[in-house]
Amino acid sequence: MLFQPAIIALLLASALCVLALAASAPFAVEVIRRWDIRSGSERQLQLERRTYLFSTLLSFVLLLQLAAVLLFVFNAEKMSGMFVGAMCAVGTLNVNAFGFPALNAKIAVFFLAAMWLAINHVDSCARDYPLVRIKYALLLVLAPLLAGSAWVELQYFLDLKADVITSCCGSLFSEGSPTLAAEASSLKPLPAIWLFYATLGTTIALAAWHGWRGGRGNVSAYALATASALAFAATIAGILSFVSLYVYEHPNHHCPFCILKPEYGYQGYLLYLPLFVATAAGLAVGAVQPFAGRESLRGIVPAFSRHLAAVAANAFALTAAIATAMIWQSRLILLEN
Amino acid sequence: MKLWLARQRYLIDFTLASLARRKTRNLGLLFVYTVLVFMLASVTLYSHALRQEAARVLANSPEVIVQRMVAGRHDLIPPGYIEKIGRIRGVQTREARLWGYYYDAVTKANYTFMVPAQGAPAGGEIIVGPALERSRGLAKNNGISFRSYSGKLHTFVVADVLPQASELVSADLVLMSDESFRAFFDYPAGHYTDIALSVANPLEVRNVALKLAAALPDARPILREEVLRTYASIFDWREGIVLALLSAAILAFGILAWDKASGLSAEEKREIGILKAIGWETGDVISMKFWEGLLVSLTAFLLGFVAAYAHVFHFAASLFGPVLKGWAVLYPRFQLTPQIDGLQVATLFFFTVVPYAAAVLVPIWKAAITDPDSVMRG
Repeated sequence: MLFQPAIIALLLASALCVLALAASAPFAVEVIRRWDIRSGSERQLQLERRTYLFSTLLSFVLLLQLAAVLLFVFNAEKMSGMFVGAMCAVGTLNVNAFGFPALNAKIAVFFLAAMWLAINHVDSCARDYPLVRIKYALLLVLAPLLAGSAWVELQYFLDLKADVITSCCGSLFSEGSPTLAAEASSLKPLPAIWLFYATLGTTIALAAWHGWRGGRGNVSAYALATASALAFAATIAGILSFVSLYVYEHPNHHCPFCILKPEYGYQGYLLYLPLFVATAAGLAVGAVQPFAGRESLRGIVPAFSRHLAAVAANAFALTAAIATAMIWQSRLILLEN
Repeated sequence: MKLWLARQRYLIDFTLASLARRKTRNLGLLFVYTVLVFMLASVTLYSHALRQEAARVLANSPEVIVQRMVAGRHDLIPPGYIEKIGRIRGVQTREARLWGYYYDAVTKANYTFMVPAQGAPAGGEIIVGPALERSRGLAKNNGISFRSYSGKLHTFVVADVLPQASELVSADLVLMSDESFRAFFDYPAGHYTDIALSVANPLEVRNVALKLAAALPDARPILREEVLRTYASIFDWREGIVLALLSAAILAFGILAWDKASGLSAEEKREIGILKAIGWETGDVISMKFWEGLLVSLTAFLLGFVAAYAHVFHFAASLFGPVLKGWAVLYPRFQLTPQIDGLQVATLFFFTVVPYAAAVLVPIWKAAITDPDSVMRG
């Protein structure tokens, strides 16, 4: 199945990302070993110049990862027609054991890359590049993860066989099956609604608090990062247990992918995009916080952190608003007062 | 935020002016880029339209077709066979069909002879498809003779010509009556070519096929959804092969873009040098170059895509058609329904803009780190 245009495009993107990171690995090692901001030597000057190249390269990789996550799901959605039993992306991802791991790995790499970019941003704002060693050490950690994600994706595509009978979202997200997704979707609507709005509300409040404190304060920063991760999980659980039901106007259809289909006006993208942006911004607050105490970053980290908190608060509010609008418009009555 | 937006606006403004200063060079790149997008977009638009067309055509075909196999080969349905499958629940109608192929030495083409379930012409009359009408110069009430496989000459009168709209399926079709068909092919009485079953519930189709296979071990059920899936895979595969072949072109384009971006003219180097001397940072130069790349990419993408749209839907994809749609002597002429698919556009974007961006990254950086003094002194 490798000769599907979208698959070729995805593999091309993965290969480019891996290549970019592989190219930057030797440089990262050199920076870690030789970086000395006080030196005026030729080598130091070269290293400083190269950091521009590699931060641009990483921004490119991140953007590509984000686009690739979208294309991956979009493609899985479209290919569902080719597999017996598949009705949406779930079926396509279930064709072999690598489908869901590939998607999860892509999402994880996206968030990690976003955190790296946040660190990179504060570092390049400071005059003396205080985080350069840490940054490139983290890059060396990110590289194998990205390569791993690309490998899983390749395995998934290599192993796509059209004659496999796969299971559709109905069986994966049905309330009886013993998976985590099924656990989340078997959550009763009322507690799930509480969980969803409470977590999102808390996260927005934490972001506002962090912003009000001027982006300073360890407690608020780490609390916001943790709450963002929880809000991501709560939103996904919320989509599984009640938002999807309202969108499909069907009390038992829990699929988080069908909302991306044209039949439902691609509404899912409206919901997922702000969610991803918000989570990335919230996590980034936590990623830059450990460096707030550095001399040259005293002014930079709080300002940036405040900015990120504002993005997170707004994007989470947007997510909640869109979910509410979906429920509002629905004709399904899930809860009777 | 406002400041940031204003900054980007000024950068775009400056970039546009700078692009306009080097018209020929940039137009050359834009042209090559547009041609690349045009080629790739033609392929994807065309194969998507073909997939849709196949799905539309097959929408009215029977859910299950049963063929009988003898020694692994397709054989005729003997009398009494259709009664054996009568009692499968979920099957609405069963219909034994008569059809076959005929090689016409005059046009060196194969026709499909068929007895329609309803509206069959009277004995000695035929209804022909549009491609046959063209190739043999037929019209209503004309006579035409075919030499049958037994050597006898049979003459038919054309009672009607099938409408153009159905040409993708009916191009080479010849419809005739049951008696004429049996007489022409010396078909044994009571035998049929295959059986078509219609099943109302799509979820039942697979069960019906399983029951059929159990009841008639020598039968081969062919499901419509399977045929559709196969068509979709074939068109996807063809599209993928063409794209893979065109990847050489993408690579060549990447090299060209790299070369263009790294071969800065002395004037451009001076420009960057002066910009840095008056206070631009490396990051600013990179943003400027980024906007340059984005503007060129988007323009080329838009132009190429529009050109491809016109090529496929107004000029019938004359450049790539034969590879993608397959080939036959009596190939149907058909008008594709214009259709743009989001996934296709996204994929195309990955195929063109991403390689370009990757190719110009390093040259952009090289340009951006230029030292002002070394340029202005030199």
